[in-house]
Amino acid sequence: MVNLMLANMVTALNNALDLCLNESSDIIVLGEDVGKDGGVFRVTDGLIKKYGPDRIVDTPLAESSIIGTSIGMAIAGMHPFPEIQFGGFSYIGFDQLAAHAARYRSRTMGNIQIPMVVRMPVSGGVRTLEHHSESPEALFSHIGGLIVVEPSTPYDAKGLLIKAAHSKDPILFLEPTKLYRLFKQEIPDGMYEVPIGKANLAKEGDDLTIITYGTMAREVQKTVEENNISADVLDLRTINPIDESAILKSVKKTGRALIVHEASLSFGVGAEISARIGEKCLYDLKSPVMRVGGFSFPYPFSGDEDYWVPNRNKVLYYIKKLMDS
Amino acid sequence: MIKEAYNTSIKNMQVMDEDSNVDISLIPKDLDDKKLIEMYKFMNLGRAVSNKLLALQRLGKVATFAPLNGEEAVQVGSAYAMDKNDYIVPIYRTHLSLIVRGVPLKSLFTAVKGYEEAYSSISDYHTTPEIIVVGSQFTHAAGIAYGLKYRKIGNAVIVYGGDGSTSEGDFYEAINFAGVFNLPVIFMIENNEWAISVPRSRQSAAETLAQKGVAAGIKSIQVDGNDVLAVYKATKDALESIKQNGKPVLIEALTYRMGMHTTSDDPTKYRPEEDVDAWQKKDPIKRLQRYLISKKIWNDEMEQSMIEENKELVNQAAKDIESVKSEPEKMFDNVYSFIPETLQEEKDEAVKNNFWQ
Repeated sequence: MVNLMLANMVTALNNALDLCLNESSDIIVLGEDVGKDGGVFRVTDGLIKKYGPDRIVDTPLAESSIIGTSIGMAIAGMHPFPEIQFGGFSYIGFDQLAAHAARYRSRTMGNIQIPMVVRMPVSGGVRTLEHHSESPEALFSHIGGLIVVEPSTPYDAKGLLIKAAHSKDPILFLEPTKLYRLFKQEIPDGMYEVPIGKANLAKEGDDLTIITYGTMAREVQKTVEENNISADVLDLRTINPIDESAILKSVKKTGRALIVHEASLSFGVGAEISARIGEKCLYDLKSPVMRVGGFSFPYPFSGDEDYWVPNRNKVLYYIKKLMDS
Repeated sequence: MIKEAYNTSIKNMQVMDEDSNVDISLIPKDLDDKKLIEMYKFMNLGRAVSNKLLALQRLGKVATFAPLNGEEAVQVGSAYAMDKNDYIVPIYRTHLSLIVRGVPLKSLFTAVKGYEEAYSSISDYHTTPEIIVVGSQFTHAAGIAYGLKYRKIGNAVIVYGGDGSTSEGDFYEAINFAGVFNLPVIFMIENNEWAISVPRSRQSAAETLAQKGVAAGIKSIQVDGNDVLAVYKATKDALESIKQNGKPVLIEALTYRMGMHTTSDDPTKYRPEEDVDAWQKKDPIKRLQRYLISKKIWNDEMEQSMIEENKELVNQAAKDIESVKSEPEKMFDNVYSFIPETLQEEKDEAVKNNFWQ
């Protein structure tokens, strides 16, 4: 008998952390304000009371050391869950991710593994200060050796985090800030896993395939519903490794592909997917592959953010353009 | 032996105690009555600005904001001591240093409303935009100081950071760089005891943050950060020392964050109200006010007219930003020194197809 709980993404993640901490004493949570404050978005709320300050650790304010020491903890047999307070601050720890976390396994032929789950809020739409709204998934995915996960629903958030806790790899777990409290869903209150590397076919249709994730997953579904469009909507859930077979299967069926993400258009996840479709099913296409993304420059101050983040107008325009070409 | 090796002696300076008793021998000679009053007015204006922006944020008229309440003495005492051609490298809470420098209130309010227009003439004031990624400002300041020295401009730099920022690698790298190259820069550590919810004790096992400078070979001192006279003196002394030997200085100013980290924060979650109350008694504005009154250079009438004046200034700034609004096509103009063809295409497409409607 599965008991259900009504949860937004914050509650779902908090519940997942609780279950994982309870299951394995190798797991600790560390980062800025994760303890007494319960995290600036309250994802770790209450955990310090239950698991104590040795397992829910408020660290000094230093991102490079939060990730670097987590790598060390993993080498020592632990399974650390470092939190970076905002994705925009992860760049200070980028060296630790790119030069070390991503390479330990390959440079030791598997002798040293880095089981680690680096959580961070990403993307915009909530009127924050600078550097609190970036979408860095393409940067991390480009390195190779780092798994990059980005859920768009409470159900997936919980299941993916539990799956991450059961994995041996360094995982970047990106949590879209805007979706933290946007909606609730009934989810099982116990342990369950959502597979890493598998996209979710969130909607089924015939005329085109829309590949998306994160903040845009919901926007795309709303656009499709509001305009009675018959589309396959694939919510990637994992950016790297990408679920190429799910993408190709759908695109072969519909013959049209649109990729929608919030991150900057140029050199992004959309380019990667578009290239794969071009390489592997060009002759199934009825029209060129198209992309929707944020503009090709850094996220602006909050006053202009609604103009930078792709909106439903832009998504709909591209759907029509794709159908007409 | 080990005990001896760890013994670093950091001087802690106070000019005016909590009851506003002043050690006259320590007051810098140039600090005349006019300047004392001007500093007092700046401190009050800073608090008025902070309170106004807090109120505007609660009304949804501006975005997230970091209040400066309680930290007025650190920001005024230091910025006021600097020459107008010295550089200020501010962070997300040091709004008052920018006000002292002459950055218009409208610019500061525009920044909090969320528009880059706020900073469109910021270099005219020999300062940079407020820096938000904690710690990164220190290396910029060292670089600016290098540039000033290289170009034989006889000015100095002051850079601000909180207690938490001294945990970042960039802090150590910057003081190290500045020490190696004898750069004209003051590292002002505004130690307000809290990095959001994390207390000073969790940032470092070092007895003082000032002693971190010792390891980098730079002169370091601690001051009472709620004593504007001490902060002013420490900054003046630092500038004089820089003029004499060209070497950087680190000042740790001990103060307290009376309010929230930002408007998104709820401090009751992690610190007892009594702790805050204890600091009310040390209020930097009240402290200077008592001194000015005892010197008979300030009275109720002057206080009232200053309050009115400040109210007008902040209300005017709030009014000035009402008309500040999005002009999305402008986002494309300053990505590079030119507009690449592909970027122009993104812009044209957005305009032509009404993506922004």
